[in-house]
Amino acid sequence: MQFVLNNNLVDLENIAPDMTLLRYLRSEQHLNGAKEGCASGDCGACTVLVGHKSPNGVAYTAVNSCICALGSLQNQYVITVEGLQDADSTGSLHPVQEAMVTCHGSQCGFCTPGFVMSLAALHGNAEDLQNASDEELRPKILDAISGNLCRCTGYRPIIDAGIQALKIPAQTVNIVQEWRPNAPLASKPALTQADDFYWQPATETQLQSLLRGYPDARLIAGGTDLMLEVTQLYKSLPQLIDLNAIQSLKNLDVSDTHVTIGAAVIYSDVETALARLSPEFVKLLGRLGSRQIRNRGTLGGNICNASPIADCPPYLLALDAELIIGNSAGEYRREFLTDFYLDYKRTTLARGEYLAQIVIERSALAQPLKLFKITKRYEDDISAVMGAFRCDANKRLSIAFGGMAATPKRARLTEAFLHQHADQLDDELIEQACGILASEFSPLSDVRASSAYRMAMACSLLKKACYALLLNAELSQGVFDHA
Amino acid sequence: MRKINLEPHAREAFKEGGVGHSVAHESAIKHVCGTAEYVDDLPAPANMVFVAVGQSTQAHARITRVDLSRVKTAAGVVDVIVQADIPGKVDVGPVYGGDPLLAGDIVEFIGQAIFAVAATSFEAAQRAVALAEIDYEPLPALLTIQDSLDANIFVLPQHQLLMGEPDAAIAHAQHKLSGEIYVRGQEHFYLEGQISQANVNEDGGVHIICSTQHPTEVQKLVAEVLGVQLHLVVAEVRRMGGGFGGKETQAAPLACMAAIFAKRLKRPVRYRMARRDDMIQTGKRHDFLNRWQAGFDNDGRLEGVTMVLAGKCGYSPDLSDGIVDRAMFHADNAYFLNNTRILGLRCKTHTVSNTAFRGFGGPKGMMAVETLMDDIARHLGKDPLDVRKVNLYQPGRDETPYGQKVEQHQLAEIIERLEKNSDYRARRNSITEFNRTNKFVKKGIALTPVKFGISFTAKHLNQAGALLHIYTDGSMQISHGGTEMGQGLYTKIRQIVASAFGVSSDRVIVTSTRTDKVPNTSPTAASSGTDLNGMAAKDACDKIKADLIAFAMEHYQLTADQIRFAEDQVYLGDESISFETFIKFAYLNRVALSATGFYRTPKISYNRETAKGQPFLYFANGAAASEVIIDTLTGEYRVTRVDILHDVGKSLNPAIDIGQIEGAFIQGMGWLTTEELLWDNKGRVISNSPANYKIPTAFDVPEIFNVELFDQANNENTIHLSKAVGEPPLMLAISVWAALRDACASTTHYRSSPRLDTPATPERIYWALEDCKKFNESVDNRAEEITA
Repeated sequence: MQFVLNNNLVDLENIAPDMTLLRYLRSEQHLNGAKEGCASGDCGACTVLVGHKSPNGVAYTAVNSCICALGSLQNQYVITVEGLQDADSTGSLHPVQEAMVTCHGSQCGFCTPGFVMSLAALHGNAEDLQNASDEELRPKILDAISGNLCRCTGYRPIIDAGIQALKIPAQTVNIVQEWRPNAPLASKPALTQADDFYWQPATETQLQSLLRGYPDARLIAGGTDLMLEVTQLYKSLPQLIDLNAIQSLKNLDVSDTHVTIGAAVIYSDVETALARLSPEFVKLLGRLGSRQIRNRGTLGGNICNASPIADCPPYLLALDAELIIGNSAGEYRREFLTDFYLDYKRTTLARGEYLAQIVIERSALAQPLKLFKITKRYEDDISAVMGAFRCDANKRLSIAFGGMAATPKRARLTEAFLHQHADQLDDELIEQACGILASEFSPLSDVRASSAYRMAMACSLLKKACYALLLNAELSQGVFDHA
Repeated sequence: MRKINLEPHAREAFKEGGVGHSVAHESAIKHVCGTAEYVDDLPAPANMVFVAVGQSTQAHARITRVDLSRVKTAAGVVDVIVQADIPGKVDVGPVYGGDPLLAGDIVEFIGQAIFAVAATSFEAAQRAVALAEIDYEPLPALLTIQDSLDANIFVLPQHQLLMGEPDAAIAHAQHKLSGEIYVRGQEHFYLEGQISQANVNEDGGVHIICSTQHPTEVQKLVAEVLGVQLHLVVAEVRRMGGGFGGKETQAAPLACMAAIFAKRLKRPVRYRMARRDDMIQTGKRHDFLNRWQAGFDNDGRLEGVTMVLAGKCGYSPDLSDGIVDRAMFHADNAYFLNNTRILGLRCKTHTVSNTAFRGFGGPKGMMAVETLMDDIARHLGKDPLDVRKVNLYQPGRDETPYGQKVEQHQLAEIIERLEKNSDYRARRNSITEFNRTNKFVKKGIALTPVKFGISFTAKHLNQAGALLHIYTDGSMQISHGGTEMGQGLYTKIRQIVASAFGVSSDRVIVTSTRTDKVPNTSPTAASSGTDLNGMAAKDACDKIKADLIAFAMEHYQLTADQIRFAEDQVYLGDESISFETFIKFAYLNRVALSATGFYRTPKISYNRETAKGQPFLYFANGAAASEVIIDTLTGEYRVTRVDILHDVGKSLNPAIDIGQIEGAFIQGMGWLTTEELLWDNKGRVISNSPANYKIPTAFDVPEIFNVELFDQANNENTIHLSKAVGEPPLMLAISVWAALRDACASTTHYRSSPRLDTPATPERIYWALEDCKKFNESVDNRAEEITA
């Protein structure tokens, strides 16, 4: 495989398919600027820029290199902190680096290259922010560094550095450059090592054929969860099939009646595409994971992981979303998400099957919706409880919870009770509905929350939703202005 | 007098970077370029091996069988060792011992190292250790503070402070209260995990490069486990990717393990802990269970207080003696306790041995008395700030429970100024009004002080050394015993040396900290790094300067007051010469251009028998006002505004000091809000990764965050009259916790403060609010009974 690293072509063969970008950078390229802080995509010390060709040149985004599969970078462009400086032929500091120095944005310095790269990604895509006020810039910066942990500074000087740097025109900074080799990037076979491989099929037909040949191969899209098996459990993933080059899985189509989202569409693209169609969901995505994770993680991954605490499934359950599932024989089946989850981490996906698309009806999407996510930390934390509530045209609530059972789950009995009493709904009936909710769920106690708190939260969120969606009384905005 | 050549150009090049200036961190440019080297960034020679350890899966057990045959034959494995393979001393515990480098027959916490593997790669070592077969015979395990108290088993004897007659004072007081709070510990979460590298040399010695706050202890323990003299071991650290106390003692076992393999294999060895291992295997901030009884008058003024502070030490002493002592020394925080008895208990549990963490017990002690202040206020229907003010140390009411007098009374002024600048009273009123009219969202505010004692409570550690070289081009190298973990120590040392000679700071380089440059150093801890090493560096400067001045006096026939070092020049009477030329000239005239410096802190002493003395040279002070908003339906909250006024004496570097204050505050806020250390009922740490242990992100930083320095010189003769800043501001975050509790209390119309153990997660806030509901119901019921 080939990719461009800091403006140099890298051509690789005979490398383990589960090699991470960070390990490759540090041990093979001796580029030590990116650090390993956690090897799980939680701290951002390893952040680099990954770019792909777009109509406007190479578009770069910030990525956690620690859990980024090297094989996924075929024909992509990688810039590390070392390249940030080199890219500018004068050797002077990038505006973000300059601002980090003048604002005293580093103390121990270990997290600093990661912050620099996250802010550089924002800077490179922020031509329109030059004249923005500090107040407008702040949320953009917080979003950009949502996946970067700093234990020393308390962040204030880093936020200031971001504000300072974003005021320097982006066009004077030429990190966003296209590598122009004499020959175009060749599409060589992906990484292989003995019988092990990292394939990147370009079509579903190729994918299906690979699934026939290697039914035990693991599918990888963002790898934000799968790669933890390598970096945390030290497992080998000898056979990986990457879904990122299959255009049909990357499409996000909006028709008059449906929104169809390819399983390998990354969250960041969902945010852009659904900004107007489902603002509540886009706000939630801001809390699903850091910007780096959202630049890699996919909706399909969130669904197929079948984690009871995933954030998207409750939303999609409440919307009655449907799945289109393909198999190695080239056949497709449709299934409602409500039927997809069988038990803890178990789905109906059979050997040789893969999730192709998620289909949501526009009419459902247009209906009033409330999403609530309860966590210890506001950003980049896994739900203790996630509640999704949709109100249809008949004032019927669709209710789904994450974190309340072995799978993400609809609250059917509670829905029915509320519907039955829709006309005379009051505090007392809502209390009764909470009682029914308690009969439908028996959540666990774990590191994130106690069972009792989870149950109490499910009721509190139900109350909030009932007030907002059925009684049109804004019970409480809460303390956050979204999700 | 000889003619002196003037060099006007040199003067233009002078860059002011001396003491008092906000110069950037000395590594700032390297940080942002990714060129600052940490241990794991050093070149790895092809023959380097990597270490991982096999860990106990039992909290307390006898090992009945260890089969490492599959480990030994695993791919990439070069060597495997158990306790019997340690050539020298097995125990690597600091101070009191009790920490075997590798466990023997008994394991005492989940994660304890039983054997170690050296392999050709990090991954190979990790995969190999998973192949061990170990059988255990479980033994009864103490997993909580309460278990330890019930069993009466402690890692060290108790200690008690006594002042006056607390029992009588409480008995006769107009009001009495008792209470309890459980304060959870904290994971350091330095971004750079623990790491050490060892290389053998031709003398059979080892060179250790280590991420440690205590290179001398690394040197000593490595020598001991190898069974060699100290002079064969060099420990070196250029910088750490964060320390926070977590690399004071916890770094040494990695260095020892690497050294043993390096000696056995004659190969370079690197031992880096994976984040998960680091979170399981290294000590954390202690949990504390604090109980108290207090008596006070109608103004809330304390008549007497008794406290029991029980720290969860884990399986061994580590630094727990000093940590629990410091908790006791700060159980008064800023308040005159009048009559008091403070008992400190060092509880043994079969969990990882807890260790130093920024504040070193102080924060946990303070939580007791700050809880009490709020409780008194609610009991008397007063604003908690008024209760805090009435109890502040002041002339005449200035004796601490350990007999030291508070001499520099700054807090009254700090609080008054902060109260005014933060608009506390007006905001208090508008918050009370807001809470009256908003059913589900409530606001809270609190203004709390910090008084923190500066000096190691272990007296002998209050010393430091430095080594200064001036080269013939006028450039200088300064070495000292302190370590750089991001706090800006190297930057401040550079400023101190530059100021001493009146030169641009870029003439001065601070070398990595090495035990062969400056020996017998103290850990960089207790906020003392600059106080101690800055003075030692200045002493070295003063020695060379004295020789230079003596030379100039003789050579140019001047008096001492005619010689001045400033602006990269040496002023000699009416003329001047560039520093560089002067140094070259001094060299040609055989003046010594190298000197050691030394410093020992004056005045301090503490008698453990009488529990009285002056353990601290001085106190650092500060105060913070925090405002929060909570959602009573969920317990979620946001910190909306923070104002801080903090005393750093005369600041050596305002930008760095403000950075320390902000960073410590946010770290303290994390400790008290979202960072929740949890163990399961087998003794396993379940908050074992950043996915389930949540330190603050940028979003959590209050949008209004005003930090100001209280610019007043230290009364004591410290380095340029500055004050230590590393730890004290962490405890300013108690204001956030108190504000959260204030918001909860609003639901009882401020009649009651619910118990709010820490961290005050949304869940704990929610349950505290439920307690408030119960309080309201019981009061309402009582009211009904009375009216009926």
